[in-house]
Amino acid sequence: MKEALEKIRTGARDLLANADSEAALEELRVRFLGKKGEVTAILKQMGALSADERPKMGALANEVRAEIDAELRARSAELANRLLAARLASESIDVTLPGNRPEQGKRHPFQQVLDELKDIFLGMGFEVKAGPEIEYDHYNFEMLNMPRSHPARDTQDTFYITENILLRTQTSPMQVRTMEAQKPPIRIICPGRVYRSDEVDATHSPLFHQIEGLVVDKGITFTDLKGTLEAFVKKLYGEETRVRFRPHHFPYTEPSAEMDMSCFKCGGTGCSLCKGEGWIEILGCGMVHPKVLENCNIDPEVYSGFAFGMGLERITMMRYGIDDMRLFYENDLRFLKQF
Amino acid sequence: MKLPLNWVRDYADFATTPHEYAEKMTMSGSKVEGYSCEADEISNVVIGKILKLENHPDSDHLWVCTVDVGGAEPIIIVTGAQNLKVGDLCPAALDNSTLPGGVKIRRGKLRGVESNGMLCSLGELGLTVHDFPNAIEDGIMVLDEEVPVGTDAVKALGLDDVTVEFEITPNRPDCLSIRGLARETAATYGVPYHEHTPVLPAGTGSIAEKLSVTVNAPVCSRYAAGMVTNVRVAPSPRWMRERLRLCGVRPINNIVDITNYVMLEYGHPMHAFDYAYVNGSKIEVRMAREGESIMTLDGVQRPLTTDMMVIADEKAPMAVAGVMGGEFSGTYDSTKTVVFEAACFDGPSVRTTSKKLGLRTESSGRFEKGLNPENCLPALYRALELVAQLDAGDVVGGIIDIYPQPRTERRIPLRTHAVNRLLGTELSAEAMTDILRPLGFGIEPAGSLGGEYTVVVPPDRYDVARDCDIAEEVCRYVGYNKVPSTIMRGIATARPSELQVFRKKLITALVGYGLYECETYSFYGKKSLDNINLPENDPLRHAVVISNPLGEDTSLMRTTAVPSLLEVIARNYNARAAQAAIFENATEYLPGDDPEKLPLEKEKLIIAMYGPQYDYLRLKGMVEELLATARIGGVCAVRNTAGTTYHPGRAADLMLGDVKLATIGEVHPAVLANYGIKPRVCVADIDFDALYANRGATPQYQPLPKHPAITRDLALVASEDTPAAEIAQRIERGAGKLLESLSLFDIYRGDKVGKGKKSLAYNLVLRTGERTLTDEEADRAVQKVLKALAEIDVTLRS
Repeated sequence: MKEALEKIRTGARDLLANADSEAALEELRVRFLGKKGEVTAILKQMGALSADERPKMGALANEVRAEIDAELRARSAELANRLLAARLASESIDVTLPGNRPEQGKRHPFQQVLDELKDIFLGMGFEVKAGPEIEYDHYNFEMLNMPRSHPARDTQDTFYITENILLRTQTSPMQVRTMEAQKPPIRIICPGRVYRSDEVDATHSPLFHQIEGLVVDKGITFTDLKGTLEAFVKKLYGEETRVRFRPHHFPYTEPSAEMDMSCFKCGGTGCSLCKGEGWIEILGCGMVHPKVLENCNIDPEVYSGFAFGMGLERITMMRYGIDDMRLFYENDLRFLKQF
Repeated sequence: MKLPLNWVRDYADFATTPHEYAEKMTMSGSKVEGYSCEADEISNVVIGKILKLENHPDSDHLWVCTVDVGGAEPIIIVTGAQNLKVGDLCPAALDNSTLPGGVKIRRGKLRGVESNGMLCSLGELGLTVHDFPNAIEDGIMVLDEEVPVGTDAVKALGLDDVTVEFEITPNRPDCLSIRGLARETAATYGVPYHEHTPVLPAGTGSIAEKLSVTVNAPVCSRYAAGMVTNVRVAPSPRWMRERLRLCGVRPINNIVDITNYVMLEYGHPMHAFDYAYVNGSKIEVRMAREGESIMTLDGVQRPLTTDMMVIADEKAPMAVAGVMGGEFSGTYDSTKTVVFEAACFDGPSVRTTSKKLGLRTESSGRFEKGLNPENCLPALYRALELVAQLDAGDVVGGIIDIYPQPRTERRIPLRTHAVNRLLGTELSAEAMTDILRPLGFGIEPAGSLGGEYTVVVPPDRYDVARDCDIAEEVCRYVGYNKVPSTIMRGIATARPSELQVFRKKLITALVGYGLYECETYSFYGKKSLDNINLPENDPLRHAVVISNPLGEDTSLMRTTAVPSLLEVIARNYNARAAQAAIFENATEYLPGDDPEKLPLEKEKLIIAMYGPQYDYLRLKGMVEELLATARIGGVCAVRNTAGTTYHPGRAADLMLGDVKLATIGEVHPAVLANYGIKPRVCVADIDFDALYANRGATPQYQPLPKHPAITRDLALVASEDTPAAEIAQRIERGAGKLLESLSLFDIYRGDKVGKGKKSLAYNLVLRTGERTLTDEEADRAVQKVLKALAEIDVTLRS
């Protein structure tokens, strides 16, 4: 019996080693371990053995059975692995094929820049306001210290609807509207469309966008204006950006300034973008004129503030290196898809 | 304003490079636009003397000139000019020289004779006969004064001065003058400002005997006049022509040049009338009379209105005050006696007149900014002083000066704390007065006005009136970049408004659907409304009209942004884009009943698209998804056949009860033809304001189902004209609460269902929350659905 078991063991080993499919393995399992299998048959003969022999042969039979079973499992796992490997090999694709992209539109380039500006100012505590584009002369000019005959009006060629209603030439009327509606402290920006009767060319458009800013509170100073706008520019263009303020004139601020920033392209050494100056003009600003505060019933002896304004197209053009303003309003998809 | 640096040096001694000057002046508040020097364009040109003139051996018009250019040997230069004679001094461009416009001159042969350079004409040096009146234009420039041979022509001709161009802001008319800028220059460089006080020449006789002046116009605050007789009209001297030329003023003759010179120096426009044409020897400053007109110097006959101020003689207007003189108001070769006028006309009045006449002049541009009446006499004296100096005529004794209400000196307190409060600085009163004094401000001890001192404002600085103006003067001379930068006090709290959050959410959704955002003009012309075939009586034809538009096609504020987007579609179609899907967050401007009230500015979302994958249902799907984003449910699509812009069979209004949220549809082929667009285009016109007003609340969580669902597919046959929306409604009604979701997954038309019919296949998901639904319950629900459908002749497909 012992020999018979050993023969089964070796026979099974050989057969299992050559079995190359799940079906062949199953056949071998039935042949050796099945109800009518060879090992089972041997076990059935146990009763004929002596009491002395029986435990030994029983142990041996179980050992052979266990060995065959373990071998069956091992071969089965091996076969499964081989099958998986074959499948993976057959399923290989060209992973360098172009991806199947979802359709994704884009926001207009200057709206993308505006979103960034709004986020920066929101972080600095400025609320975003909107006001009418068709505006009273009263708000656009008169309340801003520019009466009818004021020569500064000539710098803003105006589209008129009636004698008293016009297309706003600046977002500054929102300064007045805000101060009329709200008591200080005030911190707002107001982006929007403004209009001037300029013929269309690469750097002029009868319609463009401005972002106005206004701060009014007790104890607001010119040094605050400088610090705030400097912080804004550094957030927009990077911490290494330097700024300078030049004296200027606006009827509704005094003192007034224009702010330049170090050219972001050359870092201030001079290049074609900054026309060799190293500086780029970015915004106009100043301390709110006491006359404007008085017009809005805010006491300039108690409150002070600053205002600023910048052109959205200009900032966007500089950022992306766009050299023609007309592209913004033509909306050629080949242009819009670039941003 | 152009400023020749050498002219400034009459008033202030300073040494500088042009670049440094530009930088310093800009930072102290006088913005420099740029600077130039004619000499930069001219090199290696010297003054030569013609020693010998010989005919060219091979030419009948060329001359071979032997020219002494100051070197060891004379050189040979060939010229084609016919105006030279031996002994003439003229500019000679030597070998390897440069002339304006980047012209290079090199040695070369002219018909076999070697020429070592070129003799120059006025034009070749960038000059005109106005600059050198004794030279001729069609020949070589011959100098009319002795200059050593070999002198650099740039120096000899006075082309070596640097001219700096300033951008002067409207509040500083005083800086539209050499003196004003010289004062800023002196203060910037911290050097003394040397004032020149002109002296009225004694003169002979008396002006009062020859001329009477009356002022009958309140908008003329001062009128001063002087007189010169035995006028000797001639070119003015070179130094004067030089300075005028550098300032961009064309030299004419000594009398006219003097008025222009004084205007530049004092910033005060002057006028010179020929006394012979002053009828009745009477000048009256008055408002124009009804029906009057004037032929101005530019040869245009201009009707005048009664709000325009004129300078008239006994008979008629001679000049439009502060704007332009009349035909006979100039100075001519025949002029014997001139009247010099230095007057102060009210800025707003001149501005209005100039605008009405459409006539802007150097003079009107200055007056309208508001000039200083105190400047009239110095300017007049200066002009008469120059007449004497140039021997341009004999000054008549005395002047006429009508100045009914002399301007009072403005005194304001120097309130140090107020200035520091505005600036955020801690400057002392002395630091401030040290800045103000060199700028011409008087400093007096504090008086009744309070403050640390009383500041006397110079009469030409009427822009300075209060603390903030003092603060600007102080700050720009301390240095805008010297004062510190600080962080504002106070707590910064800000957040986007609900409207802004909502808008951003919708726009982000549209971009996610593959749409590109556009920005189009807010105005258009009638043609744009014609293009969308809008009926003549459509309310949208009533638009806000721009009274002074750039052109007809930008004269109306848009009442609908649909044409704007169709134009963008057309542009992209013409650029051969295979497809386009775009939107704009557009404003439309709807006029109200009262033209003196602001119109309604309506916010829209306009979508437009064409291309193989974009059709009506794709568009409708996008809008449905957008409505879901806005959390607006229960919207019905109602067929819209009324419009002329949309395809009558492919358009719908999306209604929320009575509120129209959007019109969507395919664009009418006739409209597309107007734009020259061939493919079908779909447009959605979405009322953003209505979406915002009807936006849904924050959604509330629904527990996930615990019990399985039962699904049933129904293939239905319906008449072609039964709307899918009605079938869906009946299914929903029939299945009641058990219906969890309904989807249409197939539409079939063809032989199997017959003509005029369509087959719609729906998938119903039925579920109840409390327990597992039984098949019997599901079947009962389907039976109810079929019963409801049977009422509109919709049956199960067999």
